[in-house]
Amino acid sequence: MKFVDEYRDPAAARLAVAEITALASRLAKPGQPVKFMEVCGGHTHTIYKHGIENVLPPTVELIHGPGCPVCVIPMGRVDDAIAVAKKPGVIFTSFGDMMRVPGGSGNLLEAKAQGADVRMVYSPLDALRIAEANPDREVVFFAVGFETTAPSTAVTVLKARERGVTNFSVYCNHVTIVPPLKAILESPDLRLDGFIGPGHVSTVIGNRPYRFVPGTYGKPLVTAGFEPLDILQSIVMLLRQLTEGRCEVENQYTRAVSDGGNPKALEILAQVFELRPHFEWRGLGFISQSALKLSPEFAAFDAEIRFDVPGVRVADPKACQCGEVLKGVIKPWECKVFGTACTPETPIGTCMVSSEGACAAYYNYGRLTKIPVKSA
Amino acid sequence: MTGVDDPGRTVGVGDAEFVNPEVISPEALAISEADSDGGAAESNREEAVMERIERWRRHRPRLKDELINSAHGAGGKASAALVDAVFVEAFRNETLETMADGAVLGLPSGERIAFSTDSYVVKPRRFPGGSIGHLAIHGTVNDLSMMGAAPSWISAAFIIEDGFSIAELRGIVADMADAAREAGVIVVTGDTKVVDRGACDGVYITTAGVGLIPPGVNLDARHIRPGDKVLVSGRIGDHGVAVLIARGDLALEAPIESDTAPLNELVEHLLAAAPGTRFLRDATRGGVATVCNEMARDAEVGVTLHEATLPVRNMVNGACEILGIDPLYVANEGKLVAVVPAEEANAALAAMQAHRLGVDAAIIGDITPEPPGIVVLRTALGGSRIVDMLVGDPLPRIC
Amino acid sequence: MCLGIPGQLVEIVSLDDHRAIVEVDGVRREINIGLVMGDPGGIAVGDWVLIHVGFAMTKIDEEEAANSLAFIKLLGSVYEEEIDQFAQEPELTLVADPDSSPLSSDTTEIAATNGGASSDGQEELVRP
Repeated sequence: MKFVDEYRDPAAARLAVAEITALASRLAKPGQPVKFMEVCGGHTHTIYKHGIENVLPPTVELIHGPGCPVCVIPMGRVDDAIAVAKKPGVIFTSFGDMMRVPGGSGNLLEAKAQGADVRMVYSPLDALRIAEANPDREVVFFAVGFETTAPSTAVTVLKARERGVTNFSVYCNHVTIVPPLKAILESPDLRLDGFIGPGHVSTVIGNRPYRFVPGTYGKPLVTAGFEPLDILQSIVMLLRQLTEGRCEVENQYTRAVSDGGNPKALEILAQVFELRPHFEWRGLGFISQSALKLSPEFAAFDAEIRFDVPGVRVADPKACQCGEVLKGVIKPWECKVFGTACTPETPIGTCMVSSEGACAAYYNYGRLTKIPVKSA
Repeated sequence: MTGVDDPGRTVGVGDAEFVNPEVISPEALAISEADSDGGAAESNREEAVMERIERWRRHRPRLKDELINSAHGAGGKASAALVDAVFVEAFRNETLETMADGAVLGLPSGERIAFSTDSYVVKPRRFPGGSIGHLAIHGTVNDLSMMGAAPSWISAAFIIEDGFSIAELRGIVADMADAAREAGVIVVTGDTKVVDRGACDGVYITTAGVGLIPPGVNLDARHIRPGDKVLVSGRIGDHGVAVLIARGDLALEAPIESDTAPLNELVEHLLAAAPGTRFLRDATRGGVATVCNEMARDAEVGVTLHEATLPVRNMVNGACEILGIDPLYVANEGKLVAVVPAEEANAALAAMQAHRLGVDAAIIGDITPEPPGIVVLRTALGGSRIVDMLVGDPLPRIC
Repeated sequence: MCLGIPGQLVEIVSLDDHRAIVEVDGVRREINIGLVMGDPGGIAVGDWVLIHVGFAMTKIDEEEAANSLAFIKLLGSVYEEEIDQFAQEPELTLVADPDSSPLSSDTTEIAATNGGASSDGQEELVRP
């Protein structure tokens, strides 16, 4: 696959790792590796899928951040989604990722087993198509995702209006990337040397929104692509900044990200959405101005206005230590319930819920480094 | 952290459901930032946690659900829990508990037969490369072949919805007849039931099959030894992706065809060239990853797969990348995984490659003594990761 | 959300309606190109775009892609030789001179710590 295979070349990876090893050895002290956080769930997935942590030297440690917009949806919001799905006549559409996220009492897949018409879609446009094909049913789309995905929801809402579709609405749970990044940087327990910055979010918002990271908090950030070589190159760039005494936002993903982002997408976002005053992030608590809702002009497409939802806030289980894992304070295996009460099949908290939550990724992939393996 | 607390009602989720003797208190873990011996103590603690997890994983899967959901049919952990807790629990006998593709039964004459059954409910019923009719015959033929048997006699039971088209039924049955002819088996008995409209989805087919196991053939996961090689008979992921695309929900277009095929002849050639073959299993629901996990668990060995050697069609790979699914977990209907002693691996490979259904066969991994019960993938990049048992249906992801 | 795949535009179905067909390794799908229509270079069959949930998010800049790869291929080659040399002299422990400037490719001082790589070929990068 073009633009994919070249970025998985093992020989080039070795070159990058040699450089990383050399640079990190100048910076790391015994028992204190250089720590970088990748914010984006997609990066976490790539890191584990390719076993990148195995190829990095022990002087570089990757901490997995909260950039999984699926994982951070609070249980109460999932319950609301299920409540809407169970209403008679509703066709509830959702991305695959959300189907197994547990609310206070079950997930969407289980609701489907109980008789709700829940359908998985690949694109919000598919949900609109279902609405047009079923004019006598109410079709709701469960919108999740950062600024990468929000423009797609926005275009779909505009299309619905343009085509005069009245039986379509959106249950909006889009969140924005900068507030949780700030929340992490504000944390007093923070021990990070730099950030591997979001990739696809940046195709929309550009690089400029991250300037506060070096500017206010003194940490370098490199916007990174999603293939293994992208991540390795970004680590090189971060290490070079540290050894050269620089601290700035750099762009590794130049083939897809420009400093200004995608102006058209930003314009559409501004037209269709507005910021909620605050929104609860599972594991991180309430963060202000961190989520989107449909602006008043598009109230007709807002599922929260069209339907009565319980709106009950469900607290995370007491055993859950997701907040600490998300901030990089503890590692997944240090959580009391990791791997026993909390597993990918029976997730308690957000970090285990999606395959790129730090705990799920570690359980499924990273566990390996701690199990004795004799080299083949 | 900025933010205003939402004045809404709050419901606490009780801790009662998380009663678990394995939960370790923070004091016991003694987590603290300042550890004077740095990495070593931390590493020991991490290993202790890993051991606890491994013990927990080996517990018999528990079934807590009250209602069946789609995860129970996906072939992964939820399926295993269902079978264990409901069926094995009730039927309890040694033969059933071997949990192979079918049962090996001893006749008074001393001969052994293999006996297997499977049900077919695939939607859509017709897809590029085949139909539910082909699957119904191939599936049972293959289960028997995986036990080393020569499949001979098949039964076919049909549950048909009131109003179903007889023309379509004829088409399905014609496919079954073709498949049976090709495989050299005969359908000797059957049954038909008609149910009310809405009580089933068109038609459901159940086939069972019987075949003789030649003397000296003894395939069993428990024969697997460290040092053995793992082979696959061809390119993986075709069937599952073909069906996903045929369903149309994802609006993908690609000329990918199901690989549905009878493997009995291939198996015959394989066993002739590599008589020391330890174990065979067809990689249906849950894919190659599930077969390897089952092997690793049943034989208590480690399985290491090498990503660079996995045969996958470019187009199937492309579809999987778009959807965010892993070809290792996608169902196949004409592919087998074989474990053979290292000294017979090349002969096994050559025998498969010489057969039209095995032209893309490859050696994809090794059996290792450690870590027992775990499947590891050596990535093309040079890293490693665990290929765990499937949790629920492999749903396309966007994240 | 992050899953974005590079695909090539093979057909414009409707410019007004922003519909196009994209191909990834032989797999085709209709996508919406509304978000990239405003690209200064325009949008045409043959262009590569990043696809996410049925939308083209941005054009992929082939020149930048090549630049990235070229950058990576230049990495490390200098250090690989140094690291090989250390592996052959196990008693030697060099410590970085704290006063030396952290230059890039022409510096030869490297601190050998637990993290140093060995030179066994490919397996060196896989931690036991």
